[in-house]
Amino acid sequence: MIGESVSSTERNAGNVVLDVQELQTHLFTKWGVTRAVDGVSFQIREGETLGLVGESGSGKSMTALSLLRLLPEAARIVDGRILLDGDDIVRMRMPDVREMRGRKISMILQDPQTALNPVFTIGNQLTESIAARSGRNGGRRSKQSVRDRAMEVLRMMRVAAPERRLSDFPHQMSGGMKQRVVGGIAIESQPRLLIADEPTTALDVTIQAQYLNLLKEIQRETGVAILFITHDLGVVARMCDRVAVMYAGRIVEQGGIHEIFDNPSHPYTQALLGSIPKMEERVERLTAIEGQPPALFALPQGCRFAVRCPHVHDRCEEAYPAEFTGSGGHTAACWLLEEKWKPTSS
Amino acid sequence: MEADVLVRAENLQKHFPVTEGLVLMKTVGWVRAVDGISFEVRRGQTLALVGESGCGKTTTAKLVLRLETPTGGTISMEGQDIHALGGQELRQFRMQVQAVFQDPWSSLSPRMRVRDIIAEPLVVNKHVSGREARERVLELLNDVGLRPEQADLFPHEFSGGQRQRIAMASALSVEPSLIVLDEPVSALDVSVQAQIMNLLRDLQVEHNVSYLMVSHNLATVRYLAHEVAVMYLGEIVERAETDDLYEHPLHPYTQALFSAALPAHPALQRDEMILQGEVPSPLNPPSGCRFHPRCPFAKDVCAEVAPEWKEETPGHFVACHLY
Repeated sequence: MIGESVSSTERNAGNVVLDVQELQTHLFTKWGVTRAVDGVSFQIREGETLGLVGESGSGKSMTALSLLRLLPEAARIVDGRILLDGDDIVRMRMPDVREMRGRKISMILQDPQTALNPVFTIGNQLTESIAARSGRNGGRRSKQSVRDRAMEVLRMMRVAAPERRLSDFPHQMSGGMKQRVVGGIAIESQPRLLIADEPTTALDVTIQAQYLNLLKEIQRETGVAILFITHDLGVVARMCDRVAVMYAGRIVEQGGIHEIFDNPSHPYTQALLGSIPKMEERVERLTAIEGQPPALFALPQGCRFAVRCPHVHDRCEEAYPAEFTGSGGHTAACWLLEEKWKPTSS
Repeated sequence: MEADVLVRAENLQKHFPVTEGLVLMKTVGWVRAVDGISFEVRRGQTLALVGESGCGKTTTAKLVLRLETPTGGTISMEGQDIHALGGQELRQFRMQVQAVFQDPWSSLSPRMRVRDIIAEPLVVNKHVSGREARERVLELLNDVGLRPEQADLFPHEFSGGQRQRIAMASALSVEPSLIVLDEPVSALDVSVQAQIMNLLRDLQVEHNVSYLMVSHNLATVRYLAHEVAVMYLGEIVERAETDDLYEHPLHPYTQALFSAALPAHPALQRDEMILQGEVPSPLNPPSGCRFHPRCPFAKDVCAEVAPEWKEETPGHFVACHLY
């Protein structure tokens, strides 16, 4: 496991699949404009998993929805570019966006219960999406070939006895099984990018482990890039090659998994890592981060973590910190790094 | 040792009938949600029940809260069978045992001010005067790290972590000896979880209260619990002091559960023991040891004979044919 994740970061062989540049997604509410995503940039390569970590309200899910242009009515992408294999999703026309959704970018959501329609069988829902995709491809598939494909997908997701499962309704399956079906639908079109938004938080520990391993395996086979959205650093430690840590709408730190865990450089990341209990060792006292994340419609001018930061100084309140780059592409936006690291060249 | 036991459950059972038909309901089977478990909660300490969904941990918590009636076995508190209580003793019991639930968004009444939420158990159970209650509320707010002026606000004006503080203040208002904590931090943001976990620990010491905690988060349990019982399909398969259990898990299910838990650091990738299949239905549990169909070490005997409860090392109990 360790060897693998190191080599895949060092390899850098895969092409860039997704290149998000200075994304700005704002919410226009009656209380004012909320900068939910405020200048977010990251890249994901083929076969790579990027963990987007943050608390509720940090903008991680809004970022994911921006990638699919599935934003709620009040939200709009105001600026920035989202390049998928070079095509800018932000400027895409709606028919092309629909064409892209579920084909080039698929998404797995947290709760499989709401992702599946309770009044149709699993087979129905699987074959519907397979037929729809092949229809868009020009060639119509025969009923038999669609059904075969559905079984193949279930088999790929390690669902036992797929021919029987096809006639099951969602309520007849366990949560883990349903999430496999959802994953199967997502993977079936061989997407370039898979967005996984907390796909295992609703699952039990042992089922979660099975599911995460399955995702890894599928990634190895297909080379799909995965954007893994989570608040759980344990999931990150297990699944990701690189991590981007979000706080109040911005990425405060980004780097390889080992860099982030061994050498966290932004005080927020440091505090976050210090505040999680470990099952591997006895921790005498957790260092909790006091206070709460700021409200997004009343953001301070300077660093958004300043009020909770143990290392805060005057400058942090005056201006939002510039981004600095350390070794191995590790970046962080904190004034403390000004002397140690180089400014990120953009 | 005996003296410091607060709650003792012996051979506790809760079987739910499965019925068919609308008018003449015929019992066609039993869901053995809790099937003969025994444990103790010690005074001022925390016992955690861990296990996956359907293992019976929440039903056990409900039995301790008297929200369900056992179909067999007993739970006693300070030597008295809690399901045999009535009248004055029952009122006493209602004060001694409080609960804090997972979701602070649904557990606090949205139309009550914080001061009333905190004072309610006090007013209902203790019939204290208004002024006494007000003073007590301010004390409790201070104990849980909230400011006095926040007493007049409504729950929606608070974040998840603060609401969990309010729930703790309310539970503590009647000076209970036991608080049942059902996944107390899992609905909270990561940066807030640590605050609440530290608070739970501090309050336990200050108020000398015992916790019976139900959780599936093994890291949280390690931080908060003194003793842990691992449940599988309605039974406790292993029970030990926290550090002992985490360092020497004996039962194959415990080992699998621990190895499946997420690591705190990417370099801590464990040798995974990924279990095949899913937890069988408690409607028709497997014969012998209930874990045997998924156990990598299963022998012939496991399918036939239910393993005995053994004290493998002092204070470390396990039910498995390997020992």
